[in-house]
Amino acid sequence: MKYFLVALSLLSWNLASAQSKYTTPSGVVTFFSSTPLEDIAANSNQVGAVFDMTSGQMAFTVPMKSFQFKRSLMQEHFNENYVESDKFPRATFAGKVVSFQPDVVRKAGPQPVQVEGDLTIHGVKRHIRVPGTLELKDNQLIAKSKFVVAPADYNIEIPALVRENIAKTVEVSVSLLCKPVITVAQP
Amino acid sequence: MTRRFTSLAGSGLLTMALLLAQTEARAQDDLLKTLEQQATDSARAEYVQATFKGTRVINGQSVETPGAGTMVFLISHRFGTLNSGAYNFFGLDQATIRLGLEYGLNDRLTVGVGRSSLEKTYDGFLKYRALRQSTGPRAVPVSVTLFASSALTSLKFTGEDRPDHSRLTYTYQALIARKFSPALSLQLMPTLVHRNFVNTRAQQNDVYALGIAGRQKLTKRVALTAEYYYLLPGNTADEFRNSLALGFDIETGGHVFQLHFTNSQGMIEKFFIPQTTGRWTKGDIYFGFNISRVFTLRSKE
Repeated sequence: MKYFLVALSLLSWNLASAQSKYTTPSGVVTFFSSTPLEDIAANSNQVGAVFDMTSGQMAFTVPMKSFQFKRSLMQEHFNENYVESDKFPRATFAGKVVSFQPDVVRKAGPQPVQVEGDLTIHGVKRHIRVPGTLELKDNQLIAKSKFVVAPADYNIEIPALVRENIAKTVEVSVSLLCKPVITVAQP
Repeated sequence: MTRRFTSLAGSGLLTMALLLAQTEARAQDDLLKTLEQQATDSARAEYVQATFKGTRVINGQSVETPGAGTMVFLISHRFGTLNSGAYNFFGLDQATIRLGLEYGLNDRLTVGVGRSSLEKTYDGFLKYRALRQSTGPRAVPVSVTLFASSALTSLKFTGEDRPDHSRLTYTYQALIARKFSPALSLQLMPTLVHRNFVNTRAQQNDVYALGIAGRQKLTKRVALTAEYYYLLPGNTADEFRNSLALGFDIETGGHVFQLHFTNSQGMIEKFFIPQTTGRWTKGDIYFGFNISRVFTLRSKE
């Protein structure tokens, strides 16, 4: 009986959560590496993201090959030599907003939050905690975050000859504009 | 009885907490899985990149082009033959060189010019990526690049006067390549070399050849390369050798270094396809290198 109740409550929780998801197939992520020798920037507008408004859980994924560089050779090297896109086609994040209160987002203006979870790049999964903002505007969820990533943490090897050209830490900015998921009415 | 009940309740709570924690983790992963599902469902066509490291396999062209707004400065160098002995420092005393510039007008079309010290030859070419190997919906299995070049020898003629058009040679190639894996790429090159002028009646104005080339990566930045041009039966095939070259590609940032051994001295098609004389078995092997440096003149916006 007790287990049945537990199961029931879990089930209902799942149902509830299914109705409050926000998602986008075209979020934007950019990264920027700056050294005295060279600035390297790339961006992708193919970030798939989903945010669960009841639990504060979120996930996003981006195809590595979708990153656009100003120089085509850089883009080739990025995919071939650094992140090995054929072996590891996507970077992903799965995590949640720390001590999430659904009410917070309903306040006007961007609300600061902390997000923690697993970031996977180049096949290496690391637990990270980063700051960000959430804002609900015209029934769209705007999520933004800026944080730094060290290529070395993700086993991205940089050869000695270009070590001066690539920064030790790379600044990553994420910007998502999520629309509510229209769920089929529960029976 | 009561105690038993509390312990049961306690374990029940614990199970519930565990279950909740598990569901939370699973919920995140589920979110991710849903996303990945969607992403694979709507997979976009993606071009296969970097079939070869450079625009040359060794002597000949690869399917690669520099890309829009990119200029490549290419220095190609061949020393003398290894069997020329210690007196010539095993070929290092002699050298032929080609200096070249190529520029990507867009991602498909490239123009190039060069000058070889051999027979004081100028060459110009156009290279067009007709088809690009891609993955995703409507995947294309191979890349095809079309290549056309003309070469003009500016060497002073000795003996009788010859018209200027006799200085010209044209080459047409279809380069068909497939990157089978991140490490292995193979290329086929059906080729026609048309020479406006040949010395004797028996020599062919039109020489047909079929090339095959490959590259196998050894590490992320070092690859083994090979290139072979088979001359189709005819007078040229009887009098000359098929060109064979083996080498390494070493890549560092904006440079590609190619080190190789070949039985051909020239570095453009009109030389290494119909005019190769060296025999590998006799040690007529030229050591050489290509160095390319990439400049971005116009960056993508």
